[in-house]
Amino acid sequence: MLTVSNLEVVYNDVILVLRGVSLEVREGSIVALLGANGAGKTTLLRALTGLLDVHDGAITKGEVLLDGRPIHKWNASKIVGAGLGQVLEGRRVFSEFTVEENLRVGGHTRRGSLTSAIDEVYDLFPVLRERRKRTAGYLSGGEQQMLAMGRALIAQPKVLLLDEPSLGLAPKVVKQIKDIIVEINQRGTTVLLVEQNASMALSIAQHGYVMEHGKVVMDRPAAELLADDDIRDFYLGRGEMATSYRDLKHYKRRKRWLS
Amino acid sequence: MEAFVQSVVNGLGQGSIYALLALGYVMIYKATHVISFAQPALMIAGGLYAYHFTKVFELPFWVGMVLAVLAGALTGMIVERLALRPMIGKPVFTLAIITIGIDIVLRIFANRYIGVQSKIVTYPNGTKRYELFGITISQQRLGLIAVTIVTVVALALFFRYTRAGLAMRATALDQETAMAQGIRVGVIFALAWAIAGGLAAIAGTFVAAGTAGIDQATWIIALKALPAIIIGGLDSVPGAVVGGLAVGVIEALTASYQPDVAPWLGNNFSLVAPYALMFLVLLIRPYGLFGTKEVERV
Repeated sequence: MLTVSNLEVVYNDVILVLRGVSLEVREGSIVALLGANGAGKTTLLRALTGLLDVHDGAITKGEVLLDGRPIHKWNASKIVGAGLGQVLEGRRVFSEFTVEENLRVGGHTRRGSLTSAIDEVYDLFPVLRERRKRTAGYLSGGEQQMLAMGRALIAQPKVLLLDEPSLGLAPKVVKQIKDIIVEINQRGTTVLLVEQNASMALSIAQHGYVMEHGKVVMDRPAAELLADDDIRDFYLGRGEMATSYRDLKHYKRRKRWLS
Repeated sequence: MEAFVQSVVNGLGQGSIYALLALGYVMIYKATHVISFAQPALMIAGGLYAYHFTKVFELPFWVGMVLAVLAGALTGMIVERLALRPMIGKPVFTLAIITIGIDIVLRIFANRYIGVQSKIVTYPNGTKRYELFGITISQQRLGLIAVTIVTVVALALFFRYTRAGLAMRATALDQETAMAQGIRVGVIFALAWAIAGGLAAIAGTFVAAGTAGIDQATWIIALKALPAIIIGGLDSVPGAVVGGLAVGVIEALTASYQPDVAPWLGNNFSLVAPYALMFLVLLIRPYGLFGTKEVERV
């Protein structure tokens, strides 16, 4: 179980990006994290996996617990070793490596042979097995996303953080990725899914959080969020908003969220 | 014909030194994307370690060389830890300039040690020469070429098959993603500098075991490794070797033929020849003979 409480993150010592975020990812569940651009979703993930340093960010308050152990002061390597894996936004495969080399890098923290772990990933993504000797940078977007996910799975994380896996993919591929996320979850990995594609994320998640301006503003079971009017307006789009310019003035974000 | 082969063989010997130095540049470039201008000083330091171990402590040559390599690696790691680690995340240009500073500092220490008399390491049976089909080669050169071959093969295997080698390449491509896979970037940087320092120490030992030894101006030969890496491709291990050998051979060939064939080019054109070759390669293959083309999906 992953617990985040009152997390505050500052970039360059002055820019307050997360202002007291708390959330909980129960073991074995899929949790969706929604939010507009700049809400702080990616920052939250960086904070969880110890990647803030690279971006001149730091955790100033709060704590992150993985199965009860505080991990927010650990470095990235130790966090990955403890079972918290992340697939970065934009896939970020090692483009000059072959598919197999990418997977081997994913197993950096694991002791012993990687052969069986790599085979497991190939079973999950058969297309990667076909392409194992290919240069990763030349794979299609969907294949690269699968490779990025497979690479994270090699380390056998207990909790997997996915940052916008549907980014820039065709609807059909998004559907495929969605099914894979469900399958990864069924194989026993807890998933925290950050998405702009809210309907996709909420359709597979049990619970959802909505972030705005560095805060969690809503926290409900996914089914309730899907039915919520405001969520439908702001994140799902129901097509009846702002049909004329006169109505536009009504389209403004809520100042306060009641949740 | 014999004269030609002889000068190629001489060039290969000198080229091995360039190749070892070039490998050091490539090592650091691959891991950190910085061209380290500290290689000349690391080479000198390595040569002086070898001198100290063999002459002052009177150890056998090969033992001295191994110790010099270890000391060189340690020097590289210390330099990385003190001067470069605090600068992680800063623009690579800044880091490159810092390496110039490191070079100057290390060479000041080295020059103090060298003094006025050049430091020469004695190679076992160094004066013994072998003759084959009219080509002569000294035992020292043979040893150098053999050591270079072993080193290159070991490095190539390291990068292709070991976890640390793979992690180094991954870090070179994308630091943040490498960190997300659990790679400790700091350890990788230290490793890169250690390998570079060790390679420079091998080169330095053989320079010190050459006829001229190491004096205060010897560091300049390490700069010849720069055209070598650009010819071979900045990030390529085989490229560094081919580039280094090419620079050595072209230098030797120009030295033996240019005064007769093209005297109008003036004296000492052989010093310029490697750079001329570098230009030629840059015109045809801007990323070097073996450098990685950027992988881009269109």
